[in-house]
Amino acid sequence: MSEGYTTADGRKIGGVVMEMKNITLRFGGVKAITDISFDIREGEIRAIIGPNGAGKSSMLNVMSGFYVPQEGEVWFHGKPRPQMRPFEVAQQGIARTFQNIALFEGMSVLDNVMTGRLTHMKTGLFSQAIWKGKAEADETENREIAEKIIDFLEIQAIRKTPVARLPYGLKKRVELARALAAQPKLLLLDEPMAGMNVEEKEDMSRFILDVNDEFGTTIALIEHDMGVVMDLSDRVVVMDYGKKIGDGTPDEVRSNQDVIDAYLGVSHD
Amino acid sequence: MPDQLLYAMEVTLNGLMAGVLYALVALGFVLIFKASGIFNFAQGVMALFAAMTLVGIMNGQVPFSHLINATLGTDIHHFGWHVPALLAIILTMGVMVLLAMAVQKFVMGHLVNQEPIILFMATIGLAYFLEGLSDLMWGSEIKKLDVGLPQGINDAIDSVTFDMFGYGFFIDNLDIVATIIAALLVIALMAFSQYTKQGRALRAVADDHQAALSVGVSLNFIWVLVWSLAGFVALVAGIMWGTKSGVQFSLSLIALKALPVLMLGGFTSIPGAIVGGLIIGVGEKLFEFALGPMLGGATENWFAYVLALLFLLFRPQGLFGEKIIERV
Repeated sequence: MSEGYTTADGRKIGGVVMEMKNITLRFGGVKAITDISFDIREGEIRAIIGPNGAGKSSMLNVMSGFYVPQEGEVWFHGKPRPQMRPFEVAQQGIARTFQNIALFEGMSVLDNVMTGRLTHMKTGLFSQAIWKGKAEADETENREIAEKIIDFLEIQAIRKTPVARLPYGLKKRVELARALAAQPKLLLLDEPMAGMNVEEKEDMSRFILDVNDEFGTTIALIEHDMGVVMDLSDRVVVMDYGKKIGDGTPDEVRSNQDVIDAYLGVSHD
Repeated sequence: MPDQLLYAMEVTLNGLMAGVLYALVALGFVLIFKASGIFNFAQGVMALFAAMTLVGIMNGQVPFSHLINATLGTDIHHFGWHVPALLAIILTMGVMVLLAMAVQKFVMGHLVNQEPIILFMATIGLAYFLEGLSDLMWGSEIKKLDVGLPQGINDAIDSVTFDMFGYGFFIDNLDIVATIIAALLVIALMAFSQYTKQGRALRAVADDHQAALSVGVSLNFIWVLVWSLAGFVALVAGIMWGTKSGVQFSLSLIALKALPVLMLGGFTSIPGAIVGGLIIGVGEKLFEFALGPMLGGATENWFAYVLALLFLLFRPQGLFGEKIIERV
């Protein structure tokens, strides 16, 4: 399936966007990730699941450049990615959200979403500083895209509200908006539904599906709630104790004995 | 109107204008503190360094001439040219940007994620280093700085107030210019941080480093930018103070006056720095005018600090600072 595949609901999935090759990550003597490989294809929703402490977040941090693995390579668009700092990864078109929400609390929702456009704004320091026509056009153009995302995620009503005043569920949505505003080639979501109630989880699932459907965004997400993930994703990687124990469609993964053992526990007798 | 009241009004006006100069120095502190959480003890010395560099460039002085003459046995002091003020200011700004890059590369870049107290200690070191460097580069004698700013009594205000009250107010032209420039500077800085791409990135970094990285902002670039801005503010402050009282090493001590200003205004607020500066300026002048004679004079030396102490007791976050909330 090197040229992609068609999902059960008839969506065409394209070639490989990102490939993790034999990634090993250590913190001192502790192995967080051991020799894991998998790929993410264009247009798909790819989930990484596993129990707490399985190394999922570490994996996402490797993908977004926040951690540098000791072994293995990250391939992006068919080329091995040289060692990069996180802001350079972001400039390549990989946007992310954080498990514990990292928004700019003192800034308005609109300003937060506009920071997502920073990598697309091309005018230099000088013309920005004197605020000439070119910078203004640049601002207007990017503002339109930001407003479109804000409409799409239904947060128009809180555009001017400082983020610090928002409830948790809305903050998560603003963070998604900021990541989307970058029009990323790959969107990484770190536990987008953590700490949400059932209703909020349903909303977030709908938004993730809509984003994928409307913009064709390739999405990789981490989640430890299996139920949500299975409905959402096209393919699932399962991790446990830093190792990959399963990889495939939700149905394949669900019937995988190792996965069942990891989630339900297994008696060693 | 009674003479006492008129005199008090004149003192208040002069206090406001002195306050503007305090606010200018405090502004430099706020810029760096907001963006990086560093309390830059070297801000005052940066103003001194900027002023000395400006004078040196304008007079065509050879930098490090004492050092060169001592090691090579030569006797050179001046290139023999004079650089026009505007060009010299631009060149000095260039030097301040280089300084910002050097500070980031050699000092702050190595101290990422360190405790605030460690960063603070580093800036104390930087202050001493810069003071030594200024001395070595340009010599330690008091120099006159004249970039063409008007100085002396403002005749228009003098004659208008004389016609109105029968008592002419003494307002220095330089103070008026300083006030206008400070106002422009604040408006420019606010516009920059609110409406430009780099300003937005700067606010983003000030708010959350990790999140800023995730939207593609280079922390290194932002910190160089912030130190350059602080260098620019230092240059403006250096020009004003240097013109007023000559370029000398006591200039670095004005940084200390900025501390009470910051305690009043709050460490994170640009308007706070301005209002704090004005309050200190007016407060110390009026206090000296009203109670100075009773207390043996020279109250200007300590009034600001006592006022700051009172603020620390009753409102530690300052007038405009963010409220400090510890979650348990």
